[in-house]
Amino acid sequence: MGKRSKVIERDAVVIRFSGDSGDGMQLTGTLFSNTSALFGHDLSTFPDYPAEIRAPQGTVGGVSGFQVHIGHKQINTPGDYPDILVAMNPAAIRANAGWLKPGATIIYDTDSFTEKNIQRAGYKEDPFAEDKIETLNLIGAPITTLVKETLKDLDIDPKTVLRTKNMFALGMVYWLFDSQLDYTEKFIDDKFGKKPVVAEANSMVLRAGYYYAETIEALTPSYRVLPAPIASGVYRNINGNQATAWGFLAAAEKAGLKLFIGSYPITPATGILEELALRKDLGVKSLQCEDEIAGICTAIGASYAGNLAVTTTSGPGLALKSEALNLAVMTELPLVVVDVQRGGPSTGLPTKTEQADLWQALYGRNGESPVVVIAAGTPSDCFHFAFESAKIAVEHMTPVLLLTDSYLANGSEPWKIPSMKDMPAVKVPFAVSDDKEFLAYERDPETLARKWAIPGTPGLEHRVGGLEKTKKGSVSYTPENHEYMVRMREEKVERIQSEVPDLKITGDKKADLLVIGWGSSYGHILTAVTELIEEGYTVAATHFNYIRPLPKNCEEVFSGYKKLVVCELNNGQFANYLRMKYQKFTFTQYNKIQGLPFTVREIKDHCITLLEGK
Amino acid sequence: MADTNTLQYTAKDFKSDQEVRWCPGCGDHGILASLQKTLADMGVPKEKYVFVSGIGCSSRLPYYMNTYGFHGIHGRAAAIATGVKIANPDLMVWEMTGDGDALAIGGNHFIHAVRRNIDIKILLFNNEIYGLTKGQYSPTSQRGLVTKTSPFGTIEEPFKVGELTIGAHGRFFARTVDYNLQLSGEVYREAGLFKGTAVVEVIQNCVIFNDGVHEAITNKEFRDDRTIVLRHGKPMIFGKEHDRGLILDGIKLKVVKIGENGITEKDLLVHDAEEANPGIHYMLAGMQYPEYPFALGVIRAVKSQTYDDAMIEQHKQVQTASKIRSVDDLLMSGSTWEVE
Repeated sequence: MGKRSKVIERDAVVIRFSGDSGDGMQLTGTLFSNTSALFGHDLSTFPDYPAEIRAPQGTVGGVSGFQVHIGHKQINTPGDYPDILVAMNPAAIRANAGWLKPGATIIYDTDSFTEKNIQRAGYKEDPFAEDKIETLNLIGAPITTLVKETLKDLDIDPKTVLRTKNMFALGMVYWLFDSQLDYTEKFIDDKFGKKPVVAEANSMVLRAGYYYAETIEALTPSYRVLPAPIASGVYRNINGNQATAWGFLAAAEKAGLKLFIGSYPITPATGILEELALRKDLGVKSLQCEDEIAGICTAIGASYAGNLAVTTTSGPGLALKSEALNLAVMTELPLVVVDVQRGGPSTGLPTKTEQADLWQALYGRNGESPVVVIAAGTPSDCFHFAFESAKIAVEHMTPVLLLTDSYLANGSEPWKIPSMKDMPAVKVPFAVSDDKEFLAYERDPETLARKWAIPGTPGLEHRVGGLEKTKKGSVSYTPENHEYMVRMREEKVERIQSEVPDLKITGDKKADLLVIGWGSSYGHILTAVTELIEEGYTVAATHFNYIRPLPKNCEEVFSGYKKLVVCELNNGQFANYLRMKYQKFTFTQYNKIQGLPFTVREIKDHCITLLEGK
Repeated sequence: MADTNTLQYTAKDFKSDQEVRWCPGCGDHGILASLQKTLADMGVPKEKYVFVSGIGCSSRLPYYMNTYGFHGIHGRAAAIATGVKIANPDLMVWEMTGDGDALAIGGNHFIHAVRRNIDIKILLFNNEIYGLTKGQYSPTSQRGLVTKTSPFGTIEEPFKVGELTIGAHGRFFARTVDYNLQLSGEVYREAGLFKGTAVVEVIQNCVIFNDGVHEAITNKEFRDDRTIVLRHGKPMIFGKEHDRGLILDGIKLKVVKIGENGITEKDLLVHDAEEANPGIHYMLAGMQYPEYPFALGVIRAVKSQTYDDAMIEQHKQVQTASKIRSVDDLLMSGSTWEVE
């Protein structure tokens, strides 16, 4: 390794890879993240890509980004603003100009700064001057030219040559971090094993980028981030969709049930279906259905027949599933519906994140329709909450709606791999045939769950359906019976509260301000409040993963604070839900509806404003 | 499980304790009776039957069967039945549906179930009307039908169930008539024994809202002259006097009279329900009175792998090749690293 002119040691660094959606930025970011993880960094990633697969080249709308935050300390968010931006074209500068840290480094491909590209990105002639970022640490490299030069002796078509540009940029970044190239080279060999010349080209370009950065080292400081002090164990990187899929597999194994997934592809939820479709080795029955409704209806059928059934979707798909979800409410069958939320309404912002399906999850159905609603907080958390959702669904014979979102689905972080022997048991309330007549809606006195009578079992023949039923399972339009059954279904869901863990508090039990969050804003709120406490503010945070039923100690927690603020990526849905449930408290709200997660800075600034009484 | 050979059921064993609530004179009573009798003789343990339905008069049938039953939501019976069958392929899954349930709101699920060849038996009660909502036109109503929602007559073409089934890559299509318990029994049995999606169109009369709509082919006076019961391997003969039949004339079917123009029985088409090429089946399923006799019986029954069997086979293949046997194996697979 070359001699380094200046090494900056940092607790954490944020890097953003940004380019045309065809430039391979997601792959570049993933490779960098995996390399960092192997080195022992804690990290969090956030892919941010356009809805179009290949938006017009060189336009801001077509910019695809991948941000990764690596640290020597615990990392809870992908970072607000990058320290290092890799920009493959002028549009990437434009898309990120307002979101850079003071003193940030920008590595960019000078060859792409043609007059045409500059104008296409909306600049007149000088992107850096026009966006007033010329004082940043700019490292221009003629990447296109250098890539062509590197590969001139290989027998390879020009298109493939240009596709390796991302590897050049990655090589440069590796040099900045004094990283090893081994992991990426192994990946390249695996990916292009069948085309050795393409593998060779990518490896050559990766090294060329690395050596180029070394050659021009005088231009730049390099970074060193020491490994994070994390608990011992075996780790892997995992994103939210994969974690969700695996959580269901774990629950099925613990319950001794086959896992069934009936789903229809929809961004950003498709990854769960794809992940489970791979798992035929574990006996997963995966069915890509003709539509969203068939997704949930096949799952309901499978649940009736005794499988652990799930269906996965995003907001628009949940709207389509709502009638069938009520069928599961009425038939009291276990079912998990995952809503990987995205920006709405309608098609909205399909690739962006939002928490605006909360009311849909709670209320978006006809009649009195109680379902359990759970929201995961971090990408790896999705494993735990998918498992919990399935466990609750089965043990309480109820549909459960699991909310994640685009940010969790695509974001990844290192995850300490659990052992199945440490996971809790899932107890299945099977009906058993005996001499007595089987009553389909006879309830467990404690949980109020009915029994699960699996077709194929002699003596338990029974009928269920969407019509109101008596305890015996006969259709009934009797007024008193309907009211009784409505109350039973409601009470059954409410009783699950006894299993919901209490709210935890970050900070003191009494303070001037409590920051309340739910779901995926966990990392940002935790970081913001931890920093505020370190800075001497009297503030605390609490976070909800169980939305319905709510934890038991809400009132007790809320009572300890002078002010309450609910931070969420919507127009105040959870704040209003809490207002309805806990009317004696005043909940203020802090909302962002831009298709993006909060930044830590935004939350801190808002808290400071509240604390200073402005 | 009981030895299937010793199973002794009667139709009564399949009757549930629920009071049958269809209108007096409704064709559904005949369908139910015929079905209960057929199932008693199929040699399948009662607990293996699952009846799934959507919404509509037809879809109340599962409540009257003393088997496992699932009364679903409008149009979705095929999807629910698909889930049941895939979840437990040992079950024998019957879907009860109607022309509105299966072909309007549930059209999508219907064609995809048929395309996938899921091993479910679909009984589609076709009365060409919405009965439960009290008399609106359906996707099978004849053009021009005056109903509450088409007071000046419909201006749309109906689906023909057989054509739609075959067009959706259907392997089994049969047709029967509600009052004909003998033929219905035969057809239900064939559908039950068939491995794959079996669509049975039951020509059914709604006494209240569309009474007599099938009169032209069901009236005792002339039904034998206006319908043909197709049987595999048998010549296509029909008529009270067994004197008429079908031949292929160019690229069309043609009705001929035996004895006229030198036509003998040997000249008639012989029904081959197992022929994979759907050409003749499509024409048979589309035959309409008065140009042709209306076809009944098993029109198409072509064997091919079912979706549920294919899934089992694929699982076995993948399980043989994969090193992952448990969730622990999966979690530790791929790139992992150890922190000391």
